[in-house]
Amino acid sequence: MNCDEAGILMHALIDGELDAGHARELETHIATCPSCAARLREFHELRKMMTPGSLRLTAPAELRARIEGKLPKPAAGVSSRRAMIKGFAGGAALSAIAASGLLMMVTRRDDDRRVLGEVVSAHLRSLQAQHLIDVQSSDQHTVKPWFNGRLDVAPPVADLTAQGFTLLGGRLDYVDAKPVAAIVYRRRVHIINLFCAPAPGAGDRAAAMESLHGFNVRRWRENGLSLWAVSDINADELAEFGEKFEAAMKQ
Amino acid sequence: MMAGGVADLSEGGRAERFKSLALPYLDDVYTLARYLTRSASDADDAVQECYLRAFRHFDTFRGGPIKPWLMAILRNVCHAAYAGNARLVFTADAGEPPAEPVWQAGADTPEQALLRRHESDTMRRLIGELPAEFREVIVLREINDLSYRDIATVIEAPIGTVMSRLARARGLLRDAWIAAEGEGKRR
Repeated sequence: MNCDEAGILMHALIDGELDAGHARELETHIATCPSCAARLREFHELRKMMTPGSLRLTAPAELRARIEGKLPKPAAGVSSRRAMIKGFAGGAALSAIAASGLLMMVTRRDDDRRVLGEVVSAHLRSLQAQHLIDVQSSDQHTVKPWFNGRLDVAPPVADLTAQGFTLLGGRLDYVDAKPVAAIVYRRRVHIINLFCAPAPGAGDRAAAMESLHGFNVRRWRENGLSLWAVSDINADELAEFGEKFEAAMKQ
Repeated sequence: MMAGGVADLSEGGRAERFKSLALPYLDDVYTLARYLTRSASDADDAVQECYLRAFRHFDTFRGGPIKPWLMAILRNVCHAAYAGNARLVFTADAGEPPAEPVWQAGADTPEQALLRRHESDTMRRLIGELPAEFREVIVLREINDLSYRDIATVIEAPIGTVMSRLARARGLLRDAWIAAEGEGKRR
């Protein structure tokens, strides 16, 4: 192997794309060629300065909302049905819901699945980008007021440090093209995003565990709020988180 | 079960599937767009067009990883959008003046100016200044974390070309980094 060949193949070696045979040849060459050895070291150094986190960019939330807005709405007809239900005021809404109860059962499942996909996407996004936290504090009395004026609801923020879930802070995020609160916790090295969206008029719903793309999601609804806890921790621990959180809310 | 099947065939079901597959890569696509267009507003437009085009052609997506497929569409969108402007954005002419720097989203505050001196900002700038054919392989490899095979698919070139371009790109980047460090010390 000459230096020209080595100069190309060393990049495949750095990238872990070189087969064993060529890797051996390259190593033999480098062992006897100080200039190629020096080059390889330089490129390793260069690589270290290119950690993806520092060079990645985050798509603006407006762009995401714009794209979502331009794609067809899932489950054709849901939006018009929703509009109809919203159109009925007060007592009339009750009978409308009763009348369309069956439809709601069907469409709600589609809606749930779509929103589930969105909260998992939002969770992924928060980990990939350097935008996990807007307000960084382990103090619930700092995190909660931060959402004032940014959202229509005051999201519940509980300090669960004593229970093994450290409060890291909060952030404004988007789910279903609407702003939601994301409250961020840490369990060991794992991040838990607790998304919280207003669900006015909706009844409480008991917690259910789901999983998508390798993430666990615990979703429930209480006091007019829809909540989703998303993390890569195992389902048992996420369930524990949800229970501790609910218990803290009731105090 | 039947209702589910029918729903999956509907436009909405298709959109739902598309969103759950494609939207998690929005930041990846956006990052590539920023480095390719070197402009925040052009990147926004290119990414939006990429996703709408990807959805229109979702039927032609044959499974497998969706990330390279999206990247290839984005690259085509950028090429098409800048066809009249190709020399500026996509040729490898050495010494062309860099367009709007990749990181520049608005006016710098004093804090941002400080941060800008940080290594990663220098690196972003240097990558942004690479000729397009080298810039795209570096971004796809180092930032988007694509394999050589996937990069070859995206740029529609043999793997050998991917390897030689990466080697050249890293060589240029190393030289630019050393030059930038020299400037920093002289200042």
